[in-house]
Amino acid sequence: MKPAAFDYHAPLTPEAALALLATHGEDGKVLAGGQSLVPTMAFRLARPAVLIDINRIEALNFCRPEGEVLRVGALTRHARFETPVVTGPLGLLLADVVRNIAHTPIRSRGTMCGSLAHADPASEWCCTALTLGATLVAASTAGERLITAGDWFQSIFTTALQPNELLTEVRLPMLGSGWRCGFSEFNRRAGDFALAMAVVALQVEGGVIREARIGLGGVGATPILAAEAAALLVGQSPGEVVWSEAAERAATCFEPTEDINATPEYRRDLVRAVVKRALRKAVAT
Amino acid sequence: MNWTGKRLPRLEDPALLRGEGSYTADIAIGARAVRLVRSPFASGRIISITPPAEMSAGALLVTGRDLAGLGTIRPTLARFNYVAIGQPILPVERVHFVGQAVAAVIADTPERAEDLAEQVMLDIDPEDAVADLDAAMAPGAPVLHPEAPGNVLVEGQLRQSGCDAAFAGAAHVVELGIRSRRQNATPMEGRGGCATFDRATGRVRLTASCQMPHMLRTGIAELLGMPEADLQVVAPDVGGGFGQKMALFPEYPLLVWLARKYRGSFAWIEDRNENLIASAHSRDQRHVIRGAFDADGTLRGLEVDILSNVGAFSCYPVTCGVEPLMAFAEYPGPYKVPAYAARARGITTNTCVMAPYRGVSRPAITFGMERLMDRAAAQLGIDRVALRRRNLVDSFPCRTAMGMTLDDASYIEAMDRAIDAADLPAFRARQAAARVEGRYLGLGFAVFNERTGYGTPAFAARSMGIVPGYEVVDIAMTPLGEIEARIGASPHGQGLRTALAQLIADRLGVTPDAVRIIHGDTDRTPYGWGTFASRGMVIAGGACQIAADKLADRLRVLAARMLQADPAGIVLRDGQAFAGEASMPLAELARLAHQRSDLFGSDVADRRFNLADTASYDPGGTFSNACHLAEVEVDVETGLVRIARYLVVEDAGRLINPMIADGQVHGGVAQGIANALFEEIIYAEDGNILTGSLADYLPPTAAEIPDIEIIHLETISDASITGAKGLGEGGAIGAPAAIGNAISDALAPFGVDITELPATPARIRALLRGREPTP
Amino acid sequence: MTTQRITLTVNGMTHAIEVEPRRTLADTLRDQCGLTGTHLGCEHGVCGACTVIVDNQPVRSCLMFGIQAEGRSIRTVEGLADGATLSPLQQSFWDHHGLQCGFCTPGFLMLATWLLERETPIDEAELRHVLSSNLCRCTGYQNILKAVREAAKGLGKWVESAPA
Repeated sequence: MKPAAFDYHAPLTPEAALALLATHGEDGKVLAGGQSLVPTMAFRLARPAVLIDINRIEALNFCRPEGEVLRVGALTRHARFETPVVTGPLGLLLADVVRNIAHTPIRSRGTMCGSLAHADPASEWCCTALTLGATLVAASTAGERLITAGDWFQSIFTTALQPNELLTEVRLPMLGSGWRCGFSEFNRRAGDFALAMAVVALQVEGGVIREARIGLGGVGATPILAAEAAALLVGQSPGEVVWSEAAERAATCFEPTEDINATPEYRRDLVRAVVKRALRKAVAT
Repeated sequence: MNWTGKRLPRLEDPALLRGEGSYTADIAIGARAVRLVRSPFASGRIISITPPAEMSAGALLVTGRDLAGLGTIRPTLARFNYVAIGQPILPVERVHFVGQAVAAVIADTPERAEDLAEQVMLDIDPEDAVADLDAAMAPGAPVLHPEAPGNVLVEGQLRQSGCDAAFAGAAHVVELGIRSRRQNATPMEGRGGCATFDRATGRVRLTASCQMPHMLRTGIAELLGMPEADLQVVAPDVGGGFGQKMALFPEYPLLVWLARKYRGSFAWIEDRNENLIASAHSRDQRHVIRGAFDADGTLRGLEVDILSNVGAFSCYPVTCGVEPLMAFAEYPGPYKVPAYAARARGITTNTCVMAPYRGVSRPAITFGMERLMDRAAAQLGIDRVALRRRNLVDSFPCRTAMGMTLDDASYIEAMDRAIDAADLPAFRARQAAARVEGRYLGLGFAVFNERTGYGTPAFAARSMGIVPGYEVVDIAMTPLGEIEARIGASPHGQGLRTALAQLIADRLGVTPDAVRIIHGDTDRTPYGWGTFASRGMVIAGGACQIAADKLADRLRVLAARMLQADPAGIVLRDGQAFAGEASMPLAELARLAHQRSDLFGSDVADRRFNLADTASYDPGGTFSNACHLAEVEVDVETGLVRIARYLVVEDAGRLINPMIADGQVHGGVAQGIANALFEEIIYAEDGNILTGSLADYLPPTAAEIPDIEIIHLETISDASITGAKGLGEGGAIGAPAAIGNAISDALAPFGVDITELPATPARIRALLRGREPTP
Repeated sequence: MTTQRITLTVNGMTHAIEVEPRRTLADTLRDQCGLTGTHLGCEHGVCGACTVIVDNQPVRSCLMFGIQAEGRSIRTVEGLADGATLSPLQQSFWDHHGLQCGFCTPGFLMLATWLLERETPIDEAELRHVLSSNLCRCTGYQNILKAVREAAKGLGKWVESAPA
């Protein structure tokens, strides 16, 4: 299980990285944390001819709030989020979610942008970005494109990113103080890819839910929004009965993946459970 | 000072802790890298194998045609209903499972060998495959080996005379079908070997991560038709084995063949994917069990039908009989079974070869028996403890239905101690309170015995063509007074060096650090078998004790001469020989014995052996026993099982090093939990394997394995001269049954119970779907 | 296959070596630097046997290329003991039988060394959370957890968890 040979470049600036991507196009592959890419290369399921290692581009190592968004640069490692990076519900949600991403040594290398670019259906960050309505910044020598999370995820391991582009940052909406978020996932073993997960965000005002978002991950080719389930919550008071209704709706709003771990029926069972649990957590925080 | 029974930190550890251990891959650095090209098809005819277009300088491709004239790996059982199958080192005509090695490429680095392996063109005409028991046994199923038209490689049948009457007259017949899915032993270090040709002597040294170096040497020499004396096999530090590393696998003779042919050094280090798909699997079994009970719960008869999926070939040397025939012989376990009927079949399929794995068939048969007992208790309305108490063997020695002798043990006491410790009334109160909240707790336990430390007679009874059994120890005191014990057994991480040194130290009045245990090298140790079947401490330990006693006698004779005393009055203690008040250091005595033999006169027999001796031990076997108890909580929404408490009451006789014994139990239970809840090798219908990475095959982590409480009982039986019984496997045996019973207890309100291992969350949900609990 | 010259700093020593870019840090340490204490158990980032510390962070050395580690400070199991004296963590593994076959041990030692060097105090939940990163097949983890727990106590890093 040794990777196939490749040419290696370690540019020091974003511009240099984009120039390399422009040159190598389809043959080039960006190496950030490498925690998904390198195992795939070890199995020789990926065999890029050229690796463009962005780990030495300090300009991409940032994570800061700016106006209405949290800007997370391509080199921000998962571990950074273990203590809240911003005050308020967003920082708390990211800190809760990140503890479910693999394990400590993976989190010390892997990056949020890397996960978004890899687009594993069971990625916690992908589900989070979609649920919160993140914006992704794709840069190339031609300039920058802003892509909404809804447009970003196209299929399994497939995004809107072009071969000559680098995902330089993701912008997550800073949630105001009326927002409450919850996360729940199910896996058989600590740190494994989840068989199902839910990210929920509720805006509660005067004891009534004004806005709701429910995102599901690990259940289909991409993360998905359970919009109908979320709609059931709007105008309701938080509580077990509405949670169950929303969970039930969420469990039937998608076509589940079937694999060795779960039949479609079982995935729906899991969605029912994680949606309910994420909603409970949201109002408990 | 008594070293036996002390929790002595292991002598093995400092080097391992410093990263200075020496495993096969460490020794292999610098050797030419061998990469196996493995079959992508479960069954097919080999049309051609085409080398890569560009072979770099020094690169090689080896196929079965290059090995023409060599024999096949063909273990035998002298039974009329066993079909011997030969496994070629590399096949020429057909492939039989996904992952079977069909060619080897050699390059200067592992990366480049892998590059080349990818470019080898395999033209294989795929044929229909059978991947599971049902497919292999279906009428008209494809036949793997023409010698075995029905795909049955081995069969055992027995029906004792009282059986029909027992069932006809039974007040209750309790029936159960169980399924144990396939597992991989998954040692952290995979297999691997490095064969190095020595131009000066013409010999080859094969360093291999193995459990039976002497057997491997003989087997390889025979296969390659080479002088055995030209081969040295070394098992260096071995990163776990658990049975998987017992077998003679095709890769090892291939390495030796390469080293001899090309007069160089060749290494193959198995990667994890290879280990998961192409090393050895186990536990793929299906049983139907019927128990005939009296109204009072007395078991009158037992009938079992065992099917074992043994894979594509028969593992050498123990054969594919190892699982089915063990289940056949040992199903009744610790219970009184007046009439027994059994049928066991080993079925060949287009899957990886089955080999022994910690506990072999016992995890499955204990699961079967203990699920039967719980079902019977429910069906008969008898308390589960009382039902077992009525049926457990309670007087020893006891001859079993299959003619084995159960030596002194503590079946009932172990159960009672576990039940006491569990505090059942308090648990039932917690369970009832939890159910009100929609939480489902369960408590289950399992009682079992395990034949351990069995030598020649037991293996001979299985009619094995190669009968392992005895262990030999050569012991000597060097001129500087150090003790060297060369053992034929070969440990793979258990701590045998420490425990054997403790035993020897006590017999010779020295400290364990003065005793060097030499193992795992066919050049430096006497012929022996290895570590498997919970035998190391019993058999190698017994041999060490006998050898140490012989050496002690010699020391006493020599000391008596020097101290002018009667040998019978010499006491060995604190590194000295005492005759009353007079004493001399053993080191001084050793120097004189070797270098001043003139001092001892001609009547001290044969000077060459003044301070050396040899001993062997070959017992019939001794039964360990245990009761495992588990408390679980089942999340009925997701099917996830959390183990809240795990308790082991175990009786392995005298404990030589209780710290090591505890470690064996912890590790065994963790593997048993893996068997119960997590690990499963999965094949698609076409024989493709779907669990080729550790992201799909799931050994549990520290987050899933609870702390394990242990209560030791020490029944000393005369079946083992050290008093020790084997304990390496027991942990793995009890856990699936205890956990299966605990989950079943938790889910009783839903009217379902567990009959399939592992009890994955998906399987549990499938049982529960559409069911509501009854209060 | 082009190789590149790089300099690695491992346990404070520099190694001037030549590597193919595709060679993982684990293979680089083992083959080029002669540091075979770092073991490979899966080569796909699950088992943790190859865990080393790079710039004070635990990493899977099978998921990083050797060439990426140039200029970084790398620590491996060989650097833990101070001459003849085992580190307190190594000693605790010895005292509490935290190893059997020893193959996973270097990875656990490096992971736990990082945990013990971290500022934050450690409780039972955090101990299990962090150590669940690595696989062991022999010990059932109990004595590994115990060894780290006792070492943490000795270093004043342990806090009892709040009762559930």
